[in-house]
Amino acid sequence: MKVKVISRSTDEFTRERSQDLQRVFRNFDPNLRPQEKAIEYVRALNAAKLEKIFARPFIGAMDGHIDAVSCMAKNPNYLKGIFSGSMDGDIRLWDMASRRTVCQFPGHQGAVRGLAASTDGRTLVSCGTDCTVRLWNVPVATIVESDDSSNCTAEPLAVYSGNNAFWDVDHQWDGELFATAGAQVDIWNHNRSQPINSFEWGTDTVISVRFNPGEPNLLATSASDRSITLYDLRVSSPARKLIMRTKTNSIAWNPMEPMNFTAANEDCNCYSYDARKLDEAKCVHKDHVSAVMDIDFSPTGREFVTGSYDRTVRIFQYNGGHSREIYHTKRMQRVFCVKFSCDASYIISGSDDTNLRLWKAKASEQLGVLLPRERKRHEYHEAVKNRYKHLPEVKRIVRHRHLPKPIYKAASLRRTMTEAEGGKKKEGKLIVLQEVLPLNHYVKEESSKKLSELWHYQLL
Amino acid sequence: MGVKQDNADPGQILPPIEQELSNELDPKLKKYLRGEGTNLEVLKDKKLKSQLSVREELYGISAKAAAKAEEWLMPSEGGYLEVEGIEKPWRINQHSISSEINISSLKNQHDIIIPDLGPYTLDFNSSGRYMAVAGRKGHLAVLDMKNMSLIKEMQVRETVRDIVFLHNELFFAAAQKKYPYIYNRDGIELHCLKEHGSVLRLQFLKSHFLLASINKFGQLHYQDVTMGEMIGNIRTGLGRSDVMQVNPFNGVVALGHSGGTVSMWKPTSAAPLVKMLCHPGPVSAMAFHPNGHLMATSGKERKIKIWDLRKFEVLQTIPGHARALDFSQKGLLAAGNGSFVQIFGDLSESQHYSRYMGHSMVKGYQIGKVLFRPYEDVLVLGHSMGWSSILIPGSGEPNFDTWVANPYETSKQRREKEVRSLLDKLPSETIMLNPSKIGTMRPVKKKEKQTKQEIAAEMEAAVEAVKDTAFKNKTKGRNKASKRAKKRKELIERVKRPLLERQLKEDEKLAKKPKISEKENALPTALQRFASKKATA
Repeated sequence: MKVKVISRSTDEFTRERSQDLQRVFRNFDPNLRPQEKAIEYVRALNAAKLEKIFARPFIGAMDGHIDAVSCMAKNPNYLKGIFSGSMDGDIRLWDMASRRTVCQFPGHQGAVRGLAASTDGRTLVSCGTDCTVRLWNVPVATIVESDDSSNCTAEPLAVYSGNNAFWDVDHQWDGELFATAGAQVDIWNHNRSQPINSFEWGTDTVISVRFNPGEPNLLATSASDRSITLYDLRVSSPARKLIMRTKTNSIAWNPMEPMNFTAANEDCNCYSYDARKLDEAKCVHKDHVSAVMDIDFSPTGREFVTGSYDRTVRIFQYNGGHSREIYHTKRMQRVFCVKFSCDASYIISGSDDTNLRLWKAKASEQLGVLLPRERKRHEYHEAVKNRYKHLPEVKRIVRHRHLPKPIYKAASLRRTMTEAEGGKKKEGKLIVLQEVLPLNHYVKEESSKKLSELWHYQLL
Repeated sequence: MGVKQDNADPGQILPPIEQELSNELDPKLKKYLRGEGTNLEVLKDKKLKSQLSVREELYGISAKAAAKAEEWLMPSEGGYLEVEGIEKPWRINQHSISSEINISSLKNQHDIIIPDLGPYTLDFNSSGRYMAVAGRKGHLAVLDMKNMSLIKEMQVRETVRDIVFLHNELFFAAAQKKYPYIYNRDGIELHCLKEHGSVLRLQFLKSHFLLASINKFGQLHYQDVTMGEMIGNIRTGLGRSDVMQVNPFNGVVALGHSGGTVSMWKPTSAAPLVKMLCHPGPVSAMAFHPNGHLMATSGKERKIKIWDLRKFEVLQTIPGHARALDFSQKGLLAAGNGSFVQIFGDLSESQHYSRYMGHSMVKGYQIGKVLFRPYEDVLVLGHSMGWSSILIPGSGEPNFDTWVANPYETSKQRREKEVRSLLDKLPSETIMLNPSKIGTMRPVKKKEKQTKQEIAAEMEAAVEAVKDTAFKNKTKGRNKASKRAKKRKELIERVKRPLLERQLKEDEKLAKKPKISEKENALPTALQRFASKKATA
């Protein structure tokens, strides 16, 4: 007869010295854990509540401008700094960590309409309604932070003047050309005082221009004739034109999927397109109640932030039909420009009330260095919340956002209007929020070459 | 599902050793997969399909990791009893076992005889280290079973019918003569629960922090011990019953009645969830298997029945009396009757219980309670002269999980665990027969009322089906064009008529209701005599 009984020796299961860690033994058998789903549900509920408790997205405001902030630019080589230009011609370089002005450039005579930093981060290009394009030398940040405004140049590197007011400027991501938008699209070189190339399609002003992050010779522009035009510098003629129902205020290319771009439109929606196939929008992002003024993608390519005329800043998922987050303050008036910081953690919004505001991209994120245990706990909370986020109690807490009354009323009005038109077909379960709009726009092709042939890279 | 895909992948040709290993792990994987994978073929939404397939793969990976951990990383091994030749396992007694095992386990084989303090009932805390003991004549004691030391004992000088630990070993509740009381580990009386009345049996639902009690009048009380709220106060209407057990899988309380019925209750409803007729006579004992699918009941007609709780069917009937029943963590069933306890086990893994071991005590000792000790191969019997502890190899789970129950807990760990379990406290609404339904979706109910478009579509379809029927060619001047057209028209109307009648009926129903209120709102009472006479006529 062979007999064995469970026998445990105490030394194996307890620690030897008080300096040692306590021993942990795991047994993953589900029979030892009754009611695991109910416990996970309770944890999801608690995680949702904790998220709301810790949701304090506003970090601070940077004030110094004396007129509305009209445009901002990121410096690709220096995470901490951001340039901003205002409606009275003032251009400043801010340090986001201390929220103070590092450098103040004398700027333009009229409103500054566009700002762009060059590829190496040394030169800042600005354009304004005084028909000039100015190039500035950016002070290089040193390890020892000397006196803030000591090394600011009073004189621009160069001033190039044109015939008409300029509306926007953008620098190539990987080259030395920059493009300005005004009466037509001009391509400039740093050293030439006249544009090396000009594009025109139609007679309306071009109001925004953006270079593609992956393909250095491709750029997208939007004009006041409600169109979005794609240009290719090598072909030296416009490639595609897309006319929509309302004007597009701003365009942003997805830095991780450079064939896609999202356009911020006057009709409160953002439209995501695949540049190779412009006949239908990939996704319509609906949530604002007034014109969307500016849009910027996160460097991860998974989210983008929009600022709108209705005094709010919203963050959308790149493929989501509705916003995941909304930021508003009583003091923040019409938002004219937004930028996503280069480390994807912060959002900067420039608005009508002369302030730049710094927000967190994830409202309840704990900033700073996290201990591994803290990080694991946060990840667990996220995961368990995502698993149960469709249940009514959890959904109610996760979705809840306080909206200012005028926006709440405007949003419900829009909802009743679309429902009266018989918009959505309700399937009863999960509703996929992608819509295709065949009627809002039509596409014109000018060049015979297909745009897709001009692309040289593949989706990873 | 994820496992099968993995093995069938033609690109992965495993070396023979690894193939063997994966074959060994397959049956264990099932346990960790927690059910079948979903069928992703029926999904049309590509985005959802890709997201779900990623998740399914993740389930497969985590199940494999858990199975491997079980295979290689467990510190202890389970007990077993293997007989050779013509020996029968149920003939082996404790004395012969004691000569074969190591000395440290011998301390778990003992009898404590306290003759004058009445039949003893007992309870363990969740890790099996502490035991609370209550003698009928009022003797309460808390013992540490690891060190075999007495923590506290007291005499309350009243009849004590039941004792149960709350979430910790620090608190226990004793069902005394008139009311249940809650005591501290130091013997201090913390609460007197007057609302419960004369309680016969107490049970504690660990994850919900609910103290459930059944009293002399058959009233079931649920009290939340964290806030002190009385969550449920149910008059069962089925009379006095002193058989009460909690199903650890889903937290429902089951009562056994003198009519032979077993009823299952949850705190939020006044009617039982289930009422099943188990025995022709009174139910004398009841026990639940830890996995929640099996229940053992015994009746006074000398039968022990094992039920499948998913189908509510009898799986097996074992002849014999049982005044006390209990399932161990590994699924062994102990049935105590008189001075003899019989242990049954499903040795061939076929869910058929056969005799495994037995133990008989001094004649005259009446066994009142049998309880397996968690995480040990020990069975403790509470009888009329005290309590006895015997060894049953293979009954306990050898490997504990520190975050679930830790027999080597320090006081700091105990405090942390208390806080964490309070954060994870389940609301009483989560008590249901099938707790895995939480988080699933209810099937969409079909709407009875059809929309206008659907009605129109139906009508069109019916007309389309009939439109092109060929009529017989009539001769002798009877085949006029007008007559043919008329016939066709009549055919279409005939097809449309039932649909139109149905629509008319529904419209009538809708129109009826406002008519009455219309009538009432027509004229104020002072002007009623000027109302038109047509209405009354």
